[in-house]
Amino acid sequence: MNNPHLILAVLFQLTQLLLVVLAAPMLTGWVNQCQAWLQNRSGAGLLQPYRVLNKLFHKDAVIADNASWLFRITPYIVFACMWLAAAIIPILAVDLPFSQAADVIALVGVFALARMFIALAAMDIGTSFGSMGARREMLVSFLAEPALLMVFFTASMISHSTQLPGIVEALAHHQFVLYPSLAFAGLAFVIVLLAENARIPVDNPSTHLELTMIHEAMILEYSARHLALIEWASSLKLFAYISIGIALFLPYGIAEMGNWAGLPAAIVLLVGKLALAGAALALLETVSAKMRIFRAPEFLGTAFLLAVLGLLIHFLLGA
Amino acid sequence: MDGLSILPIDVVSGVIWLWIALGLLGLALQRAPHLICRIIFPVGAGISLLLTLTALWALGTVPDIAVLPLGLPDLPLHLRLDALSAFFLILLGAASFGISLYAAGYFKTMQGGVLGLLCLEYYLFLSSMALVLLADDAYMFMVAWETMALSSYFMVTTDHAIPDIRRAGFLYLLIAHIGAMAILLSFGVMQAGHGIGAYTFDAMRGVHLPAVWSSIAFLLALFGFGAKAGMLPMHVWLPEAHPAAPSPVSALMSGVMLKMAIYGILRVTFDLLGTQLWWWGVLALGLGLFTAIFGVMFAAVQGDMKRLLAYSSIENIGLMLAGIGLTLIFHVYGKQMLAALALTATLYHSLNHACFKSLLFIGTGSILHATGERNMGRLGGLIHQMPRTSVLMLVGVLAIAGMPPFNGFVSEWLLLQAFLLSPGLPDSYINMLVPVAAAVIALAAALAAYVMVKFYGVIFLGQRREAGLQHAHDAGRWEIAGMAWLAMLCVVLGLAPVFVVGQIDHVSQLLLNTRLGNASADWMFLAPVDTERASYGPVYFLLALLGVTGLTTLLVRRLYHGRLRRGPAWDCGFPAQNARMQDTAEGFGQPIRRIFEPFFLIEREVPSPFDTHPKYYGRSEDRLWFILYLPLKQATEKLSSWISLLQHGRIHLYLTYTFVTLVVLLIFV
Repeated sequence: MNNPHLILAVLFQLTQLLLVVLAAPMLTGWVNQCQAWLQNRSGAGLLQPYRVLNKLFHKDAVIADNASWLFRITPYIVFACMWLAAAIIPILAVDLPFSQAADVIALVGVFALARMFIALAAMDIGTSFGSMGARREMLVSFLAEPALLMVFFTASMISHSTQLPGIVEALAHHQFVLYPSLAFAGLAFVIVLLAENARIPVDNPSTHLELTMIHEAMILEYSARHLALIEWASSLKLFAYISIGIALFLPYGIAEMGNWAGLPAAIVLLVGKLALAGAALALLETVSAKMRIFRAPEFLGTAFLLAVLGLLIHFLLGA
Repeated sequence: MDGLSILPIDVVSGVIWLWIALGLLGLALQRAPHLICRIIFPVGAGISLLLTLTALWALGTVPDIAVLPLGLPDLPLHLRLDALSAFFLILLGAASFGISLYAAGYFKTMQGGVLGLLCLEYYLFLSSMALVLLADDAYMFMVAWETMALSSYFMVTTDHAIPDIRRAGFLYLLIAHIGAMAILLSFGVMQAGHGIGAYTFDAMRGVHLPAVWSSIAFLLALFGFGAKAGMLPMHVWLPEAHPAAPSPVSALMSGVMLKMAIYGILRVTFDLLGTQLWWWGVLALGLGLFTAIFGVMFAAVQGDMKRLLAYSSIENIGLMLAGIGLTLIFHVYGKQMLAALALTATLYHSLNHACFKSLLFIGTGSILHATGERNMGRLGGLIHQMPRTSVLMLVGVLAIAGMPPFNGFVSEWLLLQAFLLSPGLPDSYINMLVPVAAAVIALAAALAAYVMVKFYGVIFLGQRREAGLQHAHDAGRWEIAGMAWLAMLCVVLGLAPVFVVGQIDHVSQLLLNTRLGNASADWMFLAPVDTERASYGPVYFLLALLGVTGLTTLLVRRLYHGRLRRGPAWDCGFPAQNARMQDTAEGFGQPIRRIFEPFFLIEREVPSPFDTHPKYYGRSEDRLWFILYLPLKQATEKLSSWISLLQHGRIHLYLTYTFVTLVVLLIFV
């Protein structure tokens, strides 16, 4: 890699870093808007999440009397983790220098790090809801995380790489060849996406004061800027997961190594894909019902088995 | 070689003598316990550091050999320091440095006579472990191995007034000796009837055993060393004995002694046995995976913090065994590069586990001193009372849960890479086994995070579950120093993987004749095979994470404000909140108990809602104890009762036996 190219790539990495953090709340707004339309409501518009964030940042933070330093640093760490995660997934082009420092296993590690901090912070105040949320979050994740890892493994077996750019480039080149193993992996990935982003049927992002809540139970004690950062992090996480889905299963049209001219087309295509994925998510949530918490492990166990099955099929068929 | 130059092996032998001398000095000083703490343990820690540096120096040099004029008539004691021993000596030195520093503070309150004895046992234990690593003949090895078992047995039973601890100690001694017998038999097979001179490891290397006998030797070694390591189904002693010992001893046993068993398996399998068979690898992989899942599942339901850590050690040993199995499979099929990768992952994980498990065990010692409580259900909120301990323990918890950029993540990453690179094995059945194994490892790693959230959350976070906890005090200076050293190792081993892998390459060179190397030109990037395939740059990762966190903090403060108020907890507006409404250790483990119900033998007593004096009781037992151990015990008792029919304690009866035997022999001969 020659020097001007590297500088360009670093510049591109920084652009993506900035782009994702600004665009992520819009995606959440879009999903909410689609849901509103599906429920015959007019909806609050695409910009509503930004207004909420702005409001929260202006407020004075109130934290519990016995909150420790861990509680206070967690929102920043979670936000940073999700930001990094969203920034290392190749969605526009595959030139991302930072992805050399963190491959797919590290990406799963970043998600795990954020989750661990948020679960610990939830236990910090010592309320019944907080520790319940932490327990359930860890319950959901101990099945979702290996499933996600297996999905990545299937993709990296096909592409002989655990680097995201390598995977995406390899998959984008095999245009319109259907991999049976990836079909299983894709199904597993959708389940993981729903579970990890606190979506119906595993969790419901818009409930409070219900014995069924998971993610919301963990962040009950947060307010103002802390809450804003966590909400923003949730948007980034959703953005990251949908980006992963696009990168693994619909990588077509991405600007390849050194192909800067293809960038504008790639941007248009990406916006289309994101809109489509968001609408699909809203539809999926509207037509399904929330399940009992102890059905969730079965649901996620299915995802895990599907992902392992995908990997096995790759070994059997070599595709 | 001139007579004046000092070889690493001389320094290591000197370290062993110094340790024994320190132990004896401690025994002599039992009337002055403060001197033992102030002088003996810090000096011992200094010696550990010397050992670490020497072993680091020895890692890259040719093997040193020494013969001591001691031992059996035809078998003087042989010592040898090669890369494999040196690597494990580094592990021993690095972990024991932190633990000895810690011990200087921890044993301050102990009564003199007990402390003197403990000091002797402690240093005998350390030196016997060093001798196990140096031994180059079976006799020397067994003597050191038994010394290690006995000295640790006496340390486990330090509080021998408590019946449970005596019981735990007995169980430990029993299984240690069954294991030692298997190891001895394994050596017996490997020397192949060539007389006493053949008990040196050098002679064993030269023997070419038929496949059947190699397999028998391997199985005996796996069983014997596995018993020491806590491999399923010989694990039952571990969760009893490790918690029973004083915390620095638990740390040494879990962090270091278990690795001696890993060393033994590696030494026998890759060094002493000339040929390996593929099914050994499958067996080790399978046993390792079972052990890992079993350990982490049981860790999730424990209520006692030291038992939880002991079960987590079983899990980690399982991961190492799986790594050894994978190494064997690759090695047999001639994929040397991949074998080196799997071996590197195994050794790296051994080193990591020595750091974070020792750290967590000594941390529980400080908690125990501060609160007098091992039951997590009576702790909570200690982050306020023990700020320094809680920060250091957080490092250990994140490291053991395999979070980037700490060290646990690196070894996990390497192990998963080894799995990912596996396609291309000639046997398609094994090829299909590999992804399933990778899935199990991923599951175990995710469950480990669950366990660690429980461990840290219940002990350090939340409200205090008992009123007395507000008088808990933070750990003292020496204790903090010991923990800080181990925490620092967790960070450094996580940030400098390229250096560590480079050192482990010397071991791969010795055992597999291959070097893993680093494909990336940049020392910041760990790239085991090929930069295109996989790379990991922990320093950049950490810098990016810190940079983004700092930037966010700065922007939030600049663009908005940093105003903060404190108030009562919100908890959805429920007014009556108390500490008993938080999850206990029991409650936090409940989902795991429910999901994996068939694996546990659950005993519960749940009160009805109308009880005026509700009593709750729940226990999750190990089924294997009832399926395997109790029947074995009964069979042994029955057998010994039959044998006792012959014994009446009367001399004339025994003389009659002798006479009858003699007559029978005379008739036959």
